[in-house]
Amino acid sequence: MSNLFRSQKSSRFFTKFFTYAFLLLLSVIILYPLLITASSAFKAGNISAFDLSFDATWTLDNFRRLFTETLYGEWYINTLVIAFVTMIVQVILITLAGYTFSRYRFIGRKKSLMFFLLVQMIPTTATLVAFYVMALLLGALDQSWFLMFLYIGGGIPMNTWLMKGYFDTIPYDLDESAKLDGAGHFRIFAQIVLPMAKPMIAVQALWAFMTPFGEYMLAKFLLRSPENYTVAIGLHTFISNPQEQKVALFSAGAILIAIPISILFFMLQKNFVSGLTAGGTKG
Amino acid sequence: MERTKDAKKRVRTATWLSVIPGIGQFYNKQTFKGIAFLVVFALFIYEMIVFGFAAFTGMVTLGLTPGEDHSLFLLIEGSLQLLLTVIFFLFYAINIYDARKVAIQIVEEKKINKTAKDILKNVYHNGFPYLFTIPAYLVMIFAIIFPVLVTIFISFTNYDFYHIPPASLIDWVGFENFINMFFLSSYRDTFIAVLGWTIIWTLGATSLQIAIGIFTAVVLNQKFIKFKRLFGIIFLLPWAVPAFITIMSFSNMFNDSLGAINSQVIPFINSLVPFIDLGALPWKTDPFFTKIAIILVQGWLGFPYIYVLVSGILQSIPEEQYESAKIDGAGPIQRFRHITLPTILMIAAPVFITQYTFNLNNFNMIYLFNEGGPGSIGAGAGSTDILISWIFKLTTGTSPQYSIAAAVTLFISIFVITIALIVFKKTKAFEMED
Repeated sequence: MSNLFRSQKSSRFFTKFFTYAFLLLLSVIILYPLLITASSAFKAGNISAFDLSFDATWTLDNFRRLFTETLYGEWYINTLVIAFVTMIVQVILITLAGYTFSRYRFIGRKKSLMFFLLVQMIPTTATLVAFYVMALLLGALDQSWFLMFLYIGGGIPMNTWLMKGYFDTIPYDLDESAKLDGAGHFRIFAQIVLPMAKPMIAVQALWAFMTPFGEYMLAKFLLRSPENYTVAIGLHTFISNPQEQKVALFSAGAILIAIPISILFFMLQKNFVSGLTAGGTKG
Repeated sequence: MERTKDAKKRVRTATWLSVIPGIGQFYNKQTFKGIAFLVVFALFIYEMIVFGFAAFTGMVTLGLTPGEDHSLFLLIEGSLQLLLTVIFFLFYAINIYDARKVAIQIVEEKKINKTAKDILKNVYHNGFPYLFTIPAYLVMIFAIIFPVLVTIFISFTNYDFYHIPPASLIDWVGFENFINMFFLSSYRDTFIAVLGWTIIWTLGATSLQIAIGIFTAVVLNQKFIKFKRLFGIIFLLPWAVPAFITIMSFSNMFNDSLGAINSQVIPFINSLVPFIDLGALPWKTDPFFTKIAIILVQGWLGFPYIYVLVSGILQSIPEEQYESAKIDGAGPIQRFRHITLPTILMIAAPVFITQYTFNLNNFNMIYLFNEGGPGSIGAGAGSTDILISWIFKLTTGTSPQYSIAAAVTLFISIFVITIALIVFKKTKAFEMED
């Protein structure tokens, strides 16, 4: 009896031990590269590769150099403008479309939904050649409006699906009773259903906002002059030249992007977990 | 008997008359609608005469005199015209359907909207869903559908750095690009090598991130753990920090001579684990090690998404299910295999699939880590290039091969759509509700 008891107790100890060992190891693996990048931003001198060491001279000079010696400030503003426009236009389009697909039964609805699902699978960035030819024809090479247009359009099929999935989870009774009270199409949409979809709209807005910050391929391809770059292509120029790696500047620039984006991310994190499961399982 | 014969004739007449849009509507005494339809029809005919026919012939020839005709513009104009024509035929079909439907309503003596005001009101009510979806459709058509159409056409031409308009013309070459891709040795070898690595990469990286994600969620879901929230936040960081930043950081860390992995991590492991003495590894100069590094980094980047999703699912599994399994004598591994895993897979399968398609086209990871290198395997591709980054290089390199790039694009699209459709059919995850 006591023997059995002991073995159970020791096995529980091992479970605990390995659980915490795993959690700590994973935490270290995650934090190590992030800390390296973050700390390099405050190191003096032209370091060309980073590691985690603390015997350096600490300084804020990299941030000053970032804004005076490079085009980082302009890249940041470019990216913010592209991100805001993309976010606002895309959220409006997918909210209207998602709402309609969820609430109305009309001729062509099912076919449209299948169509969106199919189009969503096409790797849109892969049609690079066509974008190039279109940009040539429109004189849109090196123009950010064309890039915004592609970001907005590329996200529509998938995000409309997710939006529709979320609208499906909002009970229909409310808009039914409003309809009986004589509320019109716009009033039901704007005053009754829309407020309840706020969590999902916030998530979609965040995703649309983050796209231009992280997208590299299209931006690199369409934007040709350095003063028009977004932060992703701009920062890459700091470390893509093996002869002249500006790792400290890269890290400083990276921090200024990572911190606000991560804060937004954690603020909305609860929303998108529920949005993700609702959109993913409801179909 | 007499009436039904009459009625049938009426419906048939209305349908046949609408071969010219609007006439069927006049016959149904819907004058306003008839005029509207007729105007659309007339506009299209006018457009065809002024622009359309020339656009189609231009598309067929792709220009005759080099320096004067711009083949690319002709191709684009032709594609636009094709799109417009398809939209017109859609309208045409609706017109015939409408004439027939209204005629049936007349025969069945239902109320018909005849005045302009009635029709506009009706359009507002029934057209509301269209009003709300048309903006999304328009943007999608020009940002996705039209580019796909143009890509399809370009893949059947010889558009490359030898044929750059307007200095020289582009010509239709039929299936030459596809034949080169599958049979001509120089392109075929590259294509097969890149495709092979694309598949290994997609399966390896995605499966790794799913495995780590599920494992982490299950481990962290145990009740006795302290500081759960802190661990939760740390595990979300790889997702919260924009991926391009971490990829570039990792790229620097894996540098052969100076990077932190070779100068700090490996020595640390050597000092910690007895009897192991690893030297510096060629992470960026040996294709094998680059591939290992890329897959590992993607595991790091991608697992939080899965972890978050699975954590949510785990909390929804009722405790009683585990309790009764325990009473039946099921150990922890059996409980995981028979309760936890099936539930996760059932709910999260569609998300897992999107993760596979995401990695299939994960340009950032491949290109920002080592620009597809090291080395070259011919036709512009590096040893770790996947299809999407190969397309990028074919389009942007010093000697661009636009038409081959278009053919590869087409191949990926068909490949992805086929697999996704099969999987969606099997999992029934996207079955419509009505």
